Amino acid sequence: MTAPILDLVETQLVLPGGEASRSHGMLAIVVPAAAFLDSARRLKSEFGFDLFLDVTAIDWPQRTPRFDVVYHFYSTSHRTRVRLKVRVPQDEPVVDSLVSLYGAAHFMERECHDMYGIVFRGNDDLRPILLYEGFEGHPLRKDYPKLQEQPLVPYRS
Amino acid sequence: MNAPIPEFTLPNPVRPRFERGDRDDAVIVSIGPSHPATHGTIQVIAMLDGERVQRVDVHCGYLHRGFEKECEDHTWHNLIPYVDRLNYCSGLINDFAYCEAVETLMGVEITPRCRYLRTLLSEYSRIADHLTCVAASLMELGAMTAFLYLVMIRDYVYEHLADLTGARVTYTYGRIGGLARDLPEGWLTRLSEILDQYEVFIARIHGLMDRNRIFIDRTRNVGVISTADAINWGFTGPILRSTGANVDLRKDAPYLAYAELDFDVPVGINGDNYDRYYVRMREMDESVYMIRQLIEMLPEGPINVDDRRCTLPDKRLVYTEIESLINHFKLIMEGPDVPVGEVYTAHEAPNGELGFYLVSTGGGTPYKLHVRSPSFVHMGGVARMLEGYQLADIIPTFGSVNMIGGECDR
Repeated sequence: MTAPILDLVETQLVLPGGEASRSHGMLAIVVPAAAFLDSARRLKSEFGFDLFLDVTAIDWPQRTPRFDVVYHFYSTSHRTRVRLKVRVPQDEPVVDSLVSLYGAAHFMERECHDMYGIVFRGNDDLRPILLYEGFEGHPLRKDYPKLQEQPLVPYRS
Repeated sequence: MNAPIPEFTLPNPVRPRFERGDRDDAVIVSIGPSHPATHGTIQVIAMLDGERVQRVDVHCGYLHRGFEKECEDHTWHNLIPYVDRLNYCSGLINDFAYCEAVETLMGVEITPRCRYLRTLLSEYSRIADHLTCVAASLMELGAMTAFLYLVMIRDYVYEHLADLTGARVTYTYGRIGGLARDLPEGWLTRLSEILDQYEVFIARIHGLMDRNRIFIDRTRNVGVISTADAINWGFTGPILRSTGANVDLRKDAPYLAYAELDFDVPVGINGDNYDRYYVRMREMDESVYMIRQLIEMLPEGPINVDDRRCTLPDKRLVYTEIESLINHFKLIMEGPDVPVGEVYTAHEAPNGELGFYLVSTGGGTPYKLHVRSPSFVHMGGVARMLEGYQLADIIPTFGSVNMIGGECDR
């Protein structure tokens, strides 16, 4: 099942340096970091992807750039989803924030910042959300040991 | 004499967005994280002007337990009990959404009986979830009788599901490629009885609540959100539909057996607490209607696919036949071999779009698993529904959003 809108998005949004693929019925587009905000804006205003579903990241420690920041959008009119990916390096994990386009981005970007340390340029509220104030490190990065503990209140002995 | 209490200060886990009020006479109140009238550990820091809420800052995370990190260290099968514990009011829907995501990656197609059974159980879970939500939010407004009626029906459902799965809440009933076991004898008969009981008691709830002056005063035009705002803030499910938007994945992108069912998508008008109550009540009626169709449609046949990559061999064969023994050993110790790929699968959970984003690099454990949980997204936008209303309105509005701590904080 392929909606015609996806073909349109694919021909319009794939920029030089980007790539597109289909997996399990979903169009996934890799967008260069510089063009990301513009692509998201066009996705919303021109193609009707009005619902910001999700943002998360994938950590590939062996790869440069190290992180994939993965976005999912849904269009309530076309009833289909699209996935955008932005690759960011370890030493400068920065992408443009989508808070100017979608209110829902506020909370979800905070979570992604908590878990992976991705910095969303333009989101002025990146306080910890699922973690607590003063938590060190980013637990979903692959180099964060699973058994590491940082209790806020010391354990009772 | 009592021993003196040792003095120590605990570090504050949150940093509020505002320390002082905009005006001198504004008061900052912290509600939660452990408050008798909010279900779930959530903290609402509210700036008050008299009784009116000016700004709120919602903090979640008190129930964070590293679900996604834990998933990266377990086989695809071992995750199913964890997935249950996301939304503990409707664990079966979590199970089925997760299993479908893995099945999509593996290219497994489930059997017809399994497909219809999953649909039936999803709708049954939706009833249990909505019953919980409506019951709790009515009780917080003082409607104890309505609460007891609804929770009684919910307990019939839980006991009935315990017959099938062995647990009241944490079912662990989905399997990759099928289900844990088939229906026990007489299960469908009892199901029909419970649905009949449901109708009797839900009629009483309508009689008690729908035109109740107190209830209407507390809910009508309280916690209003418009369709545009709801979409902007990522609301899905009954909250988005209560604003009048006809958005439902069961209709828009039919999965399981929904394409073959006849049902309506109830929508509201105002997007206030009353509409959310009514949308949930009507959705349960639609679920009952769907379950009755599914009972008729349910085909005979196996519930598990015959695929050695994911389905455990019959226990008798494990003990008597070397191939099955090794197959069983590999599936348990190494996990099912899921091909390289990534997938996002979403189901219409009772609270909204529940999405599983899986990344596999091959092998028996996920490389990454992310849950798009409706409750977490809703907590990001709930401030829009609280600001500008009375302090006391936080309770019914929060109740109508139905935040589930397990899936919000993961």
